[in-house]
Amino acid sequence: MASSLSIANVSAGYGAVRVLEDVSVTVGAGETVALLGTNGNGKSTLMKCVMGMVRPSAGRITAEIDGARHELVGLATEAIVDLGIAFVPEGRRLFPKLSVTENLMLGAFRHAARAGIARNLDFCFETFPRLKERRGQLAGSMSGGEQQMLALGRALMSAPRILLIDEPSVGLAPVLVRRTIDKIKELKDGFQLTVLMAEQNFTQAIRIADRGYVIVHGKIAFEGGSADELNNNELIRKFYLGL
Amino acid sequence: MRGFPFFLVCLAVAAAVFLAARLTNNGYVFFAGYVVLQYVVMAVGWNILGGYTGYVNFGTAGFFALGAYCTVALEKLVPLPLPVVMLAGGVVSGALGLGMGYLTLRLRGAFFSIATLAMAVVAQTFMVNWPFVGGSAGAFVIRPETAEYFGIDYIRYLFLLMLGLCVIVIAVARLIERSRLGDGFAAIRDDELAAEASGVPTLRLKLFATALSGMFLGMAGAPLPFYVTYLDPPSAFSLAYAVNTIAMPLIGGTASWPGPLIGAVLIATLQQVATVTISSAVNLLIVGLVLVGFVIAAPRGIIGWFGLDRRARAHPRRLAVGRT
Repeated sequence: MASSLSIANVSAGYGAVRVLEDVSVTVGAGETVALLGTNGNGKSTLMKCVMGMVRPSAGRITAEIDGARHELVGLATEAIVDLGIAFVPEGRRLFPKLSVTENLMLGAFRHAARAGIARNLDFCFETFPRLKERRGQLAGSMSGGEQQMLALGRALMSAPRILLIDEPSVGLAPVLVRRTIDKIKELKDGFQLTVLMAEQNFTQAIRIADRGYVIVHGKIAFEGGSADELNNNELIRKFYLGL
Repeated sequence: MRGFPFFLVCLAVAAAVFLAARLTNNGYVFFAGYVVLQYVVMAVGWNILGGYTGYVNFGTAGFFALGAYCTVALEKLVPLPLPVVMLAGGVVSGALGLGMGYLTLRLRGAFFSIATLAMAVVAQTFMVNWPFVGGSAGAFVIRPETAEYFGIDYIRYLFLLMLGLCVIVIAVARLIERSRLGDGFAAIRDDELAAEASGVPTLRLKLFATALSGMFLGMAGAPLPFYVTYLDPPSAFSLAYAVNTIAMPLIGGTASWPGPLIGAVLIATLQQVATVTISSAVNLLIVGLVLVGFVIAAPRGIIGWFGLDRRARAHPRRLAVGRT
């Protein structure tokens, strides 16, 4: 059974700075939803709200995981990971001085994840053969593309139902961006994941997204029901792509 | 090596150290050796927080002195056997660590360190203004001639207790390194946000580390009043304790327990020898020079210098797949 995520009327900020204002985003079961927007519009903050790293000042965030509903606001991050929601932070944020295997193992730190640790590790190595080759290497010494693969692999080690990915393309060469986005699609299908992905790279993101939201100055400026709709929208061309 | 056999090996080594000290037939060896052992406990204990999680604690003297003052207070209230007093000192300092952790662990890097330094100053001010434990005038504690149940010279008894504490702190540190707890600590040290995103309960682990580290620092300080027989705030809260305790793991290597052990034995022994042969004032100068040398030449300490830290990590051990 697939899982879904619902963010309703969320406002959040840091101190006096308001970052999100009345943002509502839904990610249906088995969907890939793209959160689009340039730097500083609140994409990462929204992700952090879902993960319990930033506490929203208003609004509700609920996740339905395998039939059970969970209220996420107020839960600790580790409890949210336990529910089956994994997060790939912006800029990958690996443990640079630990080996590839150790990085993956830390993805399965939670009790709930440890039952399937061998199976998930096999799956990670199968999906990313390069990680298997380099399993003893320090994560910090790998290339950007390999690091992104490792960050994805680490998130999958907790056997998630919902995957949040913050800017997978950042700092990668164009060919690697394409490959990473393809991999996300492959993983989503293989694991039957529900994916919420924040991304600046519009054209790459909507290749695999079922739907998308454009976020401007902390508000949802446009909601696209399909990739085509996003592609051919006047508002997006003006505000976002600057055409 | 599993935990228990390792513990037995540690005990055997400790027994050998004690016998060797006896064979010298020189009381001063115990007197000087006690300080070396005290620094082993402090360095390995400090390293649980400073080395494993990367939170540099400058307030060592606060925890250490609190353990010592706990002994003074208990001695006045209800004289108990010293091992029990040490345990009490550990509990009090551990509680201080927990409280400090709760208040300051949202601070990172240098800010955390400054807060711990401030904590030590607050604790010192508190002791200066508490007449019951001597206030600024200090307190005298009478050291018995011989230990109650052992019938040995009291300095030897203190040496023996500190030796036992060394075994415990090393065994605990090693146990942490090889458990999931150690993995979690390493994750916090490398990237705290990523650790959180991976589901590592960072706050809980950090509180555990501050409490445990504080506890060992307090236990190391608890026998101090009997060792020096006179305790006053400036000497109990001496910054030298903090500086030495930070320098020793840095010189030895912070990644695992042998680092602080080697650093403490090396530096403390050097200091004791210098105290006798040159002057007691030269102590901190030695630490400063050696530390500068190591920071320049071997930033990963002696263990890292010989490339032993990575080999330890790459060992298959705890990451064996399927182990829970």
